[in-house]
Amino acid sequence: MDVTAAKYIGAGLAMTGLIGAGAGLGILFGNYLQAAIRNPSGAAGERVWLFLGMALAESMGIFGFVMGFIILFVKV
Amino acid sequence: MAAIEPMEQFLVQPVVRIPPVMIPGLGAIDMSITNSVMFMLIAAGLISIFFLTAARRAVVPGRMQALAEMLYGLVDGALTGGIIGDRGRPFLPFVFTLFLLIATLNLIGLAPGGFTVTSQLAVTAALAVMTFVTVLAVGFWRNGLGFFKLFWPSGVHWGMALFLMFIEMISFSVRPLTLAMRLFGNMLGGHVVTYMFASFVIGLGLFGLHGAGLAKLGLLGSVVSFGMIVALMALEFVVAFLQAFVFAALTCVYLNEVVNLDHGH
Repeated sequence: MDVTAAKYIGAGLAMTGLIGAGAGLGILFGNYLQAAIRNPSGAAGERVWLFLGMALAESMGIFGFVMGFIILFVKV
Repeated sequence: MAAIEPMEQFLVQPVVRIPPVMIPGLGAIDMSITNSVMFMLIAAGLISIFFLTAARRAVVPGRMQALAEMLYGLVDGALTGGIIGDRGRPFLPFVFTLFLLIATLNLIGLAPGGFTVTSQLAVTAALAVMTFVTVLAVGFWRNGLGFFKLFWPSGVHWGMALFLMFIEMISFSVRPLTLAMRLFGNMLGGHVVTYMFASFVIGLGLFGLHGAGLAKLGLLGSVVSFGMIVALMALEFVVAFLQAFVFAALTCVYLNEVVNLDHGH
């Protein structure tokens, strides 16, 4: 296989990491909203942890994204 | 039509050339003021000017002072106070500075013609390593060798605990990497995606203008892409602020572990 073609395929495959990030973010915000509606008075206090969880869930997707960019643009 | 170069906007170019300085042991170091350095200086200047004008100690705060107090209250109340607790006060200047610098750099990057300093891995890595070293230093200074209790899970059989300690140590050591990558990836990703949609606007628009028949649909694609840019920019403003907040919050979480090591907070 041509190296350039393999590079593009690899970069595309690296983007599959974003599936997990998307699912994780959905679960996170969904559950937060559910909890917030059940107990609105406790919701504001947990918002910091919501954003922290968001950052952690999202970082996995970002790693996949950065991998894709490294595959595409870093000259070996 | 010009080639689509999504990574071109992240090129570091010298703005003011200063001849390289020879430093013994390190070799020649390029001291030129690059666009990255320039925008960092602009950010530092903006923050300084903002707080010098805002901190007027009026009893009834004006707009600027209200904003400054709000930012201070956010970091003091939710981050150092909320996550670390009473012992977090000494770290407020550090966390507040990190938060303000990253937020300003991110927001400057969104301004037309602005260079996103935080999309440089070197910059975010420096910030992350600084945080990591601070956490290590505070940990050893506060707890001495008791710092290593951080890795020892309580209430587990010692055989299991040994295994868990190994994992804990790995997850502790990759923290600067994840911290740097998160900010870098978010900023890089947002700008590249916006750039790609901008190239769709022009590409599809030209295709629709020159084509006949079904090719006219390109114009529709162009308009939709333009709408996407507007939406993405709104999202980017949220992300710019949120990533600064997240960086500061994670710094607080890491500091909390070593500051409140002796009593589970």
